Amino acid sequence: MVASNTRRVVIEPVTRVEGHGKVTIQLDEAGKVAQARLHIVEFRGFERFIQGRPYWEVPVLVQRLCGICPVSHHLAAAKAMDRIVGGEKLTPTAEKVRRLMHYGQFFQSHALHFFHLCSPDLLFGFDADPAIRNVIGVAAKHRELAVQGVMMRKFGQEIIRITAGKKIHGTGAVPGGVNKNVSIAERDELLREVDQMLAWSRGALKIAKDYTVEHLEELRDFGSFTSNHLSLVRDDGALDIYHGGLRAITADGEKIFDHVDYQEYLNYIMEEVRPWSYMKFPFIRSLGPAAGSYRVGPLARINTCDFIDTPEAEAARREFMAVTAGKPNNISMAYHWTRMIELLHAMEKIRDLLHDADLQGTDLLAKGRRRYEAVGLIEAPRGTLFHHYRVNDDDQVVMANLIVSTTNNNEPMNRAVRRVADDYLSGQKITEGLLNRVEVAIRAYDPCLSCATHAMGQMPLKIDLLDSAGNLLDTRSKGTA
Amino acid sequence: MPERSVILIGFGNPGRLDDGLGPALAARIERLDLPGVRVESAYQLAVEDAATVAACDVVVFADAATDATASYYFRQLEPAADLAFSTHALTPAVVLGLAHDLFGARTTGYVLGIRGHAFNAFGEGLSPQAETDLAAAERFIAERLRRGDFAAATTDDGAAAASVPAYEVELCRTERK
Repeated sequence: MVASNTRRVVIEPVTRVEGHGKVTIQLDEAGKVAQARLHIVEFRGFERFIQGRPYWEVPVLVQRLCGICPVSHHLAAAKAMDRIVGGEKLTPTAEKVRRLMHYGQFFQSHALHFFHLCSPDLLFGFDADPAIRNVIGVAAKHRELAVQGVMMRKFGQEIIRITAGKKIHGTGAVPGGVNKNVSIAERDELLREVDQMLAWSRGALKIAKDYTVEHLEELRDFGSFTSNHLSLVRDDGALDIYHGGLRAITADGEKIFDHVDYQEYLNYIMEEVRPWSYMKFPFIRSLGPAAGSYRVGPLARINTCDFIDTPEAEAARREFMAVTAGKPNNISMAYHWTRMIELLHAMEKIRDLLHDADLQGTDLLAKGRRRYEAVGLIEAPRGTLFHHYRVNDDDQVVMANLIVSTTNNNEPMNRAVRRVADDYLSGQKITEGLLNRVEVAIRAYDPCLSCATHAMGQMPLKIDLLDSAGNLLDTRSKGTA
Repeated sequence: MPERSVILIGFGNPGRLDDGLGPALAARIERLDLPGVRVESAYQLAVEDAATVAACDVVVFADAATDATASYYFRQLEPAADLAFSTHALTPAVVLGLAHDLFGARTTGYVLGIRGHAFNAFGEGLSPQAETDLAAAERFIAERLRRGDFAAATTDDGAAAASVPAYEVELCRTERK
């Protein structure tokens, strides 16, 4: 509810690929921030689109949810359908081919975010001219880095093409397994680039780490807040982005729950509907909506896991955790550092898997007792992704419920925006600095708002300052004076 | 047979009705198996497409359009550098710009906008009107691809093609309610 005698600042970062979002900052009579909200217009209705379809089509259909990481939806749906056919205990070949697909996706997604979206903020600073604070600016001043980003993304896409059959509309994961293995020729094609990709991953991690350490005092408070963290962890507590149990910890590192079978997620996670937002707000049931929100994604994963099972990424994790003396790191901008730790981890895993002869195995499918309800859960690049389905005797999907990563991070992104507004908004003028910093804070979470339509609309980031009657007091768009 | 290497990239989401016009055109052109013409499909354009485009002399980006006054339009593209707030996807002009800036390419780019009619729902298949417009667009571009002649192309509604600057090329502005 809008209080009387308030002014509202409206920021409209609108793109078609990532949904339709805007930021509204509501001021009180004294000109202080009373409220900051990130509005995300999520395209609803995808669950209904799935209903009535045969369950075996779902892993392919759900890829249309997201143009940037369709593999996450492909694998989450496939994991659910594994249980529907009783084939959740995959053959070694099937599990390793799927994992290779998933690590390939992580690699390309994290590389894209770092080089394309985040590196301009890090390389040029928050106050740099928006005309150069983008990948074109990086291309002009750091051409080698920009080329690396393109080639790393291309490598990840090649892994997806080989494991999923094609770069888009992949069909590789099917209920109970996979429909193809990785041939020797395909493996060798990828192996040729492994050393280069590892070297570039190390370089990207160094940039993210050095930047964060160098600017630690500035970043410590930037868009930051304490929160719970949630992710999958393996049985032994290791980081595992493909399978495991759910672990949630407090901002201090206390376990809220651990090794939870995600088939029971509804006993632990609830979703709150707020009248001003199309996107729901998930929270930990035992803590309630006020205290139960949590972060997901790279920062949460590195905070929740006990260790990483690849040596270079584990060394990087230890270095990262030392910054907060082993306690969870709650700095929003630390997402970038952790994202690059995961980039290196994914590349180490890709290297190891490519040397595993199980990739060339021919036992591809498992089957068992038929079920009628199942949950598939995976750590997508942006965070935990839930797929929940019910199927009838005619093999048709009768219920689907999806909680996507960005929805899990809905409340954290709102809190990051609020923190930036508190710290950088003053007076009745919208400054370029505020605009830039709101952008940077949201971008740290790498939101992908799953509207499932590709982007051509290029509406700029826009802030409108309105008085309590809705009259425009000031307006500012990205790139304008 | 065209002397230059040509790539046609049809992009869009086939799960969003007429938004799938680009991939639908790509599938039709691929079936023609035209010599010297490479065909790709994508949900959306991303940075790695710059490397692909850079390897070709000519690129044609095919997409659904909501601003077409005829079945399709065909325009030359200038490399651009305008980026949105946080989008993970790029416009054809930016892909072309990256191909030039990062890879030193001199690829010539065109956009083929195919009129779409239904966008605001999840669903597979094109609307009947879009099917008609797609057929017209296919006839047009297939002939251009066979001849390797793009610069003199004009659209069905008579608008000049080659001189339209990139910033006027705005495709497929789907409204979501």
